[in-house]
Amino acid sequence: MTKYIEGFKKYRFLLRELVKKGIKLKYRRSYLGIIWTLLEPLLTMMVLTLVFSTFYGKNDRSFPVYVLTGRLLYSFFSQGTKTAMKSVRGHAAMIKKVYVPKYIYPLSSVIYNFIIFLISLIVLVGVSIVLGVYPNWWTLTAVLPLLILFLFTLGVGMILSTIAVFFRDTEYLWDVALMLIMYTCAIFYDPSRLMKTGTDWVFRLNPLYALIKCFRDAVYGASMFSEPYWFFMPLCVSIITVIIGFGLFKWKQDSFILHI
Amino acid sequence: MAKYAIEVKDVSMKFNLSKEKVDSLKEYFIKFLKRQIKYNEFWALKHISFNVEKGDRVGVLGLNGAGKSTLLKVIAGVFKPTEGQVVRHGKIVPLLELGAGFDSQYTGRENIYLYSSVLGYSRSFVDSRFDDIVKFSELEEFIDVPIKNYSSGMKSRLGFSIATQVNPDILILDEVLSVGDAKFKKKSEAKIMGMFDSGVTVLFVSHSLAQVKRLCNKAIILEKVILWLPVT
Repeated sequence: MTKYIEGFKKYRFLLRELVKKGIKLKYRRSYLGIIWTLLEPLLTMMVLTLVFSTFYGKNDRSFPVYVLTGRLLYSFFSQGTKTAMKSVRGHAAMIKKVYVPKYIYPLSSVIYNFIIFLISLIVLVGVSIVLGVYPNWWTLTAVLPLLILFLFTLGVGMILSTIAVFFRDTEYLWDVALMLIMYTCAIFYDPSRLMKTGTDWVFRLNPLYALIKCFRDAVYGASMFSEPYWFFMPLCVSIITVIIGFGLFKWKQDSFILHI
Repeated sequence: MAKYAIEVKDVSMKFNLSKEKVDSLKEYFIKFLKRQIKYNEFWALKHISFNVEKGDRVGVLGLNGAGKSTLLKVIAGVFKPTEGQVVRHGKIVPLLELGAGFDSQYTGRENIYLYSSVLGYSRSFVDSRFDDIVKFSELEEFIDVPIKNYSSGMKSRLGFSIATQVNPDILILDEVLSVGDAKFKKKSEAKIMGMFDSGVTVLFVSHSLAQVKRLCNKAIILEKVILWLPVT
């Protein structure tokens, strides 16, 4: 264990540099640069609101906040897992030439996406205040689902990055899976109607939906613990995913070099 | 303190050279069901054992494909040996692939930090050595230019300058004495010679017998087995 902590300390600087590189290079060639982090969710929010507000009920003024919360969390999850998945293969040249602990690559990918995601939350703050969704003490609990989401994304990213080394198909399959996840996350519709029709298991088994729900509760200033299931299910799932992710990665990492 | 700097204990390294590369799930399943997954096993190294004493400068000779580079990468920790183990005593600086980890979109300045972090330096160390690195590489004018615009000689000059900033206990060289133009070559040789004089342990791969004679006090030939040669 101490060996791992020492290794981590030694490569903390590398982790930092890789995170910085991810953020810097993401927008390097664009004119607006980091502003896109804010502009992109704002524009998608407008489109989704335009398209779906008719389904949801025209009277709800705060619908854009509802869309934005779901959309921001989902897009972090999808970007984070996708870049983590590609990170090991993307750094093939480096892995073949120098020794660094390999988990650094997916870890740094998830961290830099998380930082971009945190920056993009500024949009949510602005939109909420404009549309009259004001914070209260419960809003502070929004940190919890975000931390759990980070763990969950990291775990899934580690699993995917390991599998993707051996099977290139993973990248395409995951795109399809992400689409399924998106539609079962209730990003732009209200699931309460569906809940009553006996299809509630779709949502109950989806940790990402549960996290979005908790986060929304917090943003709307309500308690996310009124039904403890929605908080503790994703917490447990995330911890298990991280353990499986790191375990699988550690088990297979020595043979990466033969397949990339 | 241990007597040896590097102990290579019965190291074997196996590569799978599959005839057709099976890297899609569909193929894998079909072949798995048909029980057709077969790999051509290729042992790049087989039962290699030797010890390098502290302060030795060992030249590694061998034909192309004899496994010299694989051996050095196993010693440097890039490859994990299929069997056996390598024990290292002291800080290793592998000058194997200079500039592995450079990002072409990054400027020279940014790459100095990036590559330093890849080599495991600390931030404060790079800060303190930054000017030396730039000066030694003679890239002052181009340090804020993205390195995709660098020539290959400029890139290796930068890589060499960064990698040689620390004083290692064990230095692993893979024919990198030929970096850059004649002037820089002289400078880099002088730098490495300076390291030699401070008593580091050296592993040096070369095809040039003359170079090995000049630089090393021991030599091995890698050809299925290890042969020690007297250097005179």
